[in-house]
Amino acid sequence: MIEFKNLHKRFGKLTVLEGLDLAIKKGGIFAILGPNGSGKTTLIKCLLGMVIPNKGEITYKNESVLRKWSYRNDLNYLPQIANFPPNLTVFELIQMVKNLRQKKSNEQELINLFGLNDSLQKKLGNLSGGTKQKVNIVLTFMFDSELIILDEPTTGLDPIALIHLKELIQKEKTKGKTILITTHIMSVVEELANEIVFLLDGKIYFKGSIDELKKQTDNDNLEHAIANLISKQYA
Amino acid sequence: MLKILKYSFYDLMRSRWSYVYFFFYLILGFVLLFLNNDVNKAVITLMNIIIVLTPLIGTIFGVMYYYNSKEFTELLLAQPINRSKIFMGQYLGISISLTLSLVLGLGIPFIAYGLFKSAAIFDFGLLLVVGSFLNFIFVALSYNIALSTENRIKGFGYAILMWLFLAVIYDGIFLISLVVFNEYPLDKFSLITTMFNPIDLSRILILLKLDISALLGYTGAVFRKFFGTNTGMLLSMSILVLWVVLPVLRMNFKLRKKDF
Repeated sequence: MIEFKNLHKRFGKLTVLEGLDLAIKKGGIFAILGPNGSGKTTLIKCLLGMVIPNKGEITYKNESVLRKWSYRNDLNYLPQIANFPPNLTVFELIQMVKNLRQKKSNEQELINLFGLNDSLQKKLGNLSGGTKQKVNIVLTFMFDSELIILDEPTTGLDPIALIHLKELIQKEKTKGKTILITTHIMSVVEELANEIVFLLDGKIYFKGSIDELKKQTDNDNLEHAIANLISKQYA
Repeated sequence: MLKILKYSFYDLMRSRWSYVYFFFYLILGFVLLFLNNDVNKAVITLMNIIIVLTPLIGTIFGVMYYYNSKEFTELLLAQPINRSKIFMGQYLGISISLTLSLVLGLGIPFIAYGLFKSAAIFDFGLLLVVGSFLNFIFVALSYNIALSTENRIKGFGYAILMWLFLAVIYDGIFLISLVVFNEYPLDKFSLITTMFNPIDLSRILILLKLDISALLGYTGAVFRKFFGTNTGMLLSMSILVLWVVLPVLRMNFKLRKKDF
């Protein structure tokens, strides 16, 4: 469904992606892992058209996405840091995004799920970090799109919200959606991911299932297996 | 684009600073009118304030809004909207809300004082038009600076420097050059130099409308001959328009390659 071909991205002198090739099939949860600064967010932002690659091609449903924007109608994105206009209320923000997307949405269900009913009329500037992240999640999941991209979705969430989020992701998966997640929390990966994509030095270092990774690194514990992969960078 | 504009506008209209700005002009308008007791004099004093203050406020609002709404802009960028529409919407939202503060803040006291019965209505109108232009120009310039500068402290610094340069330093250089080259005919030179600075251009435009250009001597006469005519007025207005259009074009150009 998504294909990255020979993707290059430099920020000044810093090379982040160096000839990355990756194909992602339709359906399932893909965890994009890698040490800090390995280019996970850059890769996602290239797909979203927020970062413009120096070289290479990205296709979504067999169509190039570079310099286009309408394809984003069929994709939901949860950004890493949630920061909204401080003077709008939660309700207005949700209305605004709905207004921009013109797509069917089920925000009320999600608002109930995350207990945001009391916060609806509050200004976004007065919300705590965790509550903002919940709003962020509502905005991401309220539309029915084939692709869902989550960049560090668990930041700042309390345990109950985290459980709800995981259930939500599982539910979307059973609907046959494709979900990309970046995270540093291995328990989330172990619980959810069908496939792991490991980024290192701007390339795909490993792609496969959790079991394959464990076998390859000769390690039973996912956290250690990943640490094993990362340590090769420090060596 | 209209949707983004609408929300940026609402967001700004609800911020404390828009009101502070609005009330500042409101109070300024009333105070000036009651101290001067003369619409014409009030317009001159106002000109001196507007010509320095609107660019400063436009610059600061532009830079602040850009950096403060950065994460939100990223959220918008992930939505199915064209990039340049997002930024044009924000740009117009800021410019229009600032212009509204200016026009309402000054308009209310002047209308209350009896502007419609006064002959100064055109001068006052010109003042508001020029003030609005300055808003649009300086928000566009500051947005350009913010788009090109990742670091917000630096961006803020550059923007303030830009304002300082156009509002103060440019005039200084201009005056020094007049003193240094005073043996040469300078009317053309000064005319053209004025065109390159929107603040100077606005000032001259208003001064000449106010019939106090006799104070300006020979150069004043040249200026009057030029700006006083309809062609001059039209030309200077179109240069003000250019001062809006060029930065906006650069903004769109910059956006095509910008990473967020």
